[in-house]
Amino acid sequence: MTTDALKRPPPRNPILPLRLPTLPPGSRSRAALHLTAAVAEGRFELQKCHDCGQIQYPPRDACTACLSVRLVWQPISGEGELISDTVLHHSNELYYRHLVPLRLGLVRLKENVTVLSLLHKECPAATAPVRLRAHLDKAGQATFIALPTIDTPNLADDRILREMTSDPKFRKVLITDANSATGHALCKALVDAGADTIWAGVAEPWKVRPGFSSIADLPKVTVVPLDLTDNRSVQDLAGSVGAKVDILINNAEFHRSSGISDRPGTETARAEMEINYLGMMRLAQSFGPAMRARAADSSVPSTAWVNILSIYALSSLPSQGTFCASKAAALSLSQTLRAEMRHAGIRVVNVFPGPIDDEWTQLIPPPKLPPAALAKAVVKALQDGVEDIYPGDVAQDLFKKWRESAKALEREMWGQ
Amino acid sequence: MTRTRTRYDGVAVVAPVTIPYVRYSNQDAHWFLARALAALLKSSGLKKDQIDGLGVSSFTLFPDTAVGLTQHLGVSPRWLDHLPFGGASGVVGLRRAARAVQNGDADIVACIAGDANHVDSFRRNLASFSRFARDAVYPFGSGGPNASFAFLTSHYMRRHGAEPEDFGKLCVAQRDNALRFPHALFKKPLTLDEYLDARPIADPLKLFDCVMPCAGAEGFLVMLEERARHLGIPYARIAGTIERHNAFPDDPIQERGGWELDCDDLYAQAGIGPKDIDLFEAYDDYPIINCLQLEGLGFCRPGEAPNFIRNNTFSIEGTFPFNTSGGQLSVGQAGAAGGFLGLVQALRQLIDQAGKTQVVGAKHALVSGFGMINYDRGLCSGAAILGRAA
Repeated sequence: MTTDALKRPPPRNPILPLRLPTLPPGSRSRAALHLTAAVAEGRFELQKCHDCGQIQYPPRDACTACLSVRLVWQPISGEGELISDTVLHHSNELYYRHLVPLRLGLVRLKENVTVLSLLHKECPAATAPVRLRAHLDKAGQATFIALPTIDTPNLADDRILREMTSDPKFRKVLITDANSATGHALCKALVDAGADTIWAGVAEPWKVRPGFSSIADLPKVTVVPLDLTDNRSVQDLAGSVGAKVDILINNAEFHRSSGISDRPGTETARAEMEINYLGMMRLAQSFGPAMRARAADSSVPSTAWVNILSIYALSSLPSQGTFCASKAAALSLSQTLRAEMRHAGIRVVNVFPGPIDDEWTQLIPPPKLPPAALAKAVVKALQDGVEDIYPGDVAQDLFKKWRESAKALEREMWGQ
Repeated sequence: MTRTRTRYDGVAVVAPVTIPYVRYSNQDAHWFLARALAALLKSSGLKKDQIDGLGVSSFTLFPDTAVGLTQHLGVSPRWLDHLPFGGASGVVGLRRAARAVQNGDADIVACIAGDANHVDSFRRNLASFSRFARDAVYPFGSGGPNASFAFLTSHYMRRHGAEPEDFGKLCVAQRDNALRFPHALFKKPLTLDEYLDARPIADPLKLFDCVMPCAGAEGFLVMLEERARHLGIPYARIAGTIERHNAFPDDPIQERGGWELDCDDLYAQAGIGPKDIDLFEAYDDYPIINCLQLEGLGFCRPGEAPNFIRNNTFSIEGTFPFNTSGGQLSVGQAGAAGGFLGLVQALRQLIDQAGKTQVVGAKHALVSGFGMINYDRGLCSGAAILGRAA
């Protein structure tokens, strides 16, 4: 059985009632939240006993073999066998009532644990070898889907898989600042990914970058006025396109390089906060409600909100202290945004790049992240349904150090 | 060192009571359990303060347990047992109560099980049934036990060549039995064609493979035989009992319930074999579990239940009287009371109170329990052989 290629959905029929968003059951034990935490960052891990090596599932508080409580999380390939399956015709939860008939199966992983999983349409009938993949569901919790062992042309277009991902294909996207190096790259990448419409925000249309016309002339791209420092501007744009935005990518940022005590005044810091922090709040207030309302509508519902933050939101780079502080504030704000968008199943994706290769990082030595690489990572995060990404070598390096010891990293940042 | 188990000599099981089932009820579990206790007193002629032991099973008693129920019902037992074993709670409750009575920790133990079924309470119970269910089952389609048993049924059919007609034969026979049982919620005959043509629920399960949740209660009393004789009430004796939890954890998927580990012990206690069993009250929330019990309790070899079904008849006058009340599939599943239904009906059979469902002259009844799909399999299994009083 093959998956039909997704077709461009017809315009919404305004006579049809708006389907309100519902969620799969989202309550989990503390141990199970570790599974979700790994999946949110794109890893598939199961519990492993530090003492005897036993792999176990569902997550427990002790090793089922030796009772040790020293449990770690081990990356898993997902290779396994579908040992039994069913088609569910009836569900007790509203969310699944829209999805039945729904295929489910028991997958015996090669680690000798049995996992109850959703099945992709192309997953063969039991018994058969399968690939188990972990994703976040609409409730933001880890879920599983079993796939055939080899990729097929339209694998990503499966309706159950699309519940777990935010593939830009045929979706309408707002990019909050198209007049920047990252904005250019994002416009191009989303056109390539098959986005249906791209609204490209420009705050000051009278001073666009060289090459902007090549972006503005791309098929699917429409330039729109958007100044995140101006409430009215944000509200006006929401009034015209807010009810159609499926994916909002907030890449607008104000970036200057200074510490906090070398020069007097707070104007630069204030300007950074106006865009990097308050700009996100203005967007949330103007675009959030409509996106939440449309999260289950028609065949291409609203699905994701992307914030381009910075790896320095986790640990400050003192030479760019005010910028880092504004990104740390934005990170905190995004967590609240995520909690609020959660009720509709809208995924908030946070992107933590290292230095991006643009005019504001001229004095930072390489490696720096090319804007095109950032854009590619954003598209992949949407396609994979991942929640937090750390694109590029610097971000990966600092993220690893931060997880090992945030305090040690704070000291290391002094020397950078 | 092999120890010899003390027999259950001198222990009597008396007073089978059923509080009539209803599909939905506004009442809480406490209401049903109170009625079960009252019915036990009425049936035995005992006073409430003569009940000095209490065993309680219920899914919907929350936030109470058996403890809170003592104050709710105004009893002061010196022996108290809360039975979270679901479908195995009848057998497990019986064997604990028997030991308490035998050793003098209590004189008269009331075993009661009951549950409410409000509109939407079934869904709420499913969502918080167990930690593994909440983490790793319910978020995946929220099919409840239908999905869990669909996996086991599908696997069994693939492995052993069972056909829908095999399961259907049991369901149809049980419905025939239910038509003679006054408390059954299903009052219409079921044909094999109706069974096979029913709407699908979770492939391969169709409508009549699945128990219908309802509200109700069941109960019985455990006391010494001499007490029962003194009270002048008929009783059955306990010939043997077993229980087992989380058996065969390394089986990738459940195809054995757990009875296999203790089956020989059960018949050795009773001093009889499977061929001496006159009727079998099995735990039947889904037909597949009937098959696992037929195999696990020695009536046929593993994987041969389909043949056993083809070669026998299961009505009250059949070659193998089976679930003579109609079982949960045709009576309804009143939550934890479903774990008592078979035991209470077996007791009726052995004291000749089974009315139109009476298996004439039955001497030995086998009762089996199965409960608690914690994650991918049922964890609790138990069985008891009850005998007619000498």
